[in-house]
Amino acid sequence: MTAPLIIFFVLATLAVGGALSLIFQKHPIHSALSLIVVMVALAGLYLLMGAEFVAAVQIIVYGGAIMVLFVFVIMLLNAGIEEHTNFSKLAGFPGLLLAFALTGFIAATIARSTDTVQAASQPGNMASTRDLSTMIFKDFVYPFELTSFLILVAVLGAIVLAQREAKP
Amino acid sequence: MIPTNYYIVLSAILFGLGVLAFIFKRNIISIFMSIELMLNAVNLAFVAFSQAMHKLDGQVFVLFVIVVAAAEAAVGLAIIILTARNRQSLNVERVDLLKL
Repeated sequence: MTAPLIIFFVLATLAVGGALSLIFQKHPIHSALSLIVVMVALAGLYLLMGAEFVAAVQIIVYGGAIMVLFVFVIMLLNAGIEEHTNFSKLAGFPGLLLAFALTGFIAATIARSTDTVQAASQPGNMASTRDLSTMIFKDFVYPFELTSFLILVAVLGAIVLAQREAKP
Repeated sequence: MIPTNYYIVLSAILFGLGVLAFIFKRNIISIFMSIELMLNAVNLAFVAFSQAMHKLDGQVFVLFVIVVAAAEAAVGLAIIILTARNRQSLNVERVDLLKL
């Protein structure tokens, strides 16, 4: 067992453990902290794959900005322990069944398509951040500029939605 | 060199756990976080395939997905604040105005 494989399994265990913790924690703030564990573990996996820039963005934007927003909203709304309502059996049993069916379907598709992926996976020259930036600002420059409009619209929408009604 | 399959299987497991959390969570913020978990699982698959095919398109898509997730989080959390203010509850079972 080589060192990268051991690192992979440690990070994968961390990610799956964090995801399980997200499901089983009753308090939203504990779920949010579990999600941060998952995101940091995924950033480690990106580093392992040689995607340094994506790993950095994962930690800065996901672990930093988005999760801070979540924690902020949880504290703003003073979210307490999830109250237990007896949800309908219709949602419980077929929901579990559908989740397992979905996972099984994805697993079956992966199992069928292993050969092509394995064949393409040869160790070669690693892609660098420089190539990534060239690609973003050359091939994907219009989508990249469009995302700035998306963020502008999202910020405006968030402000309009969350502001209090003006007193007449 | 770690086989690409390992990454894809991990991505599928994380996505399945995200779906489970989406179904079983009652708190609206937890449900929103499970959506983020699913987005992360998809990002992992993107980067894994990008590495397997030796093309950078996957990583560029991951950056776009992260941007869209950030915008979605901003708007979604604003909607959550609005809902919580109107209904005094974060439980999705209490948001039943359309129910007969």
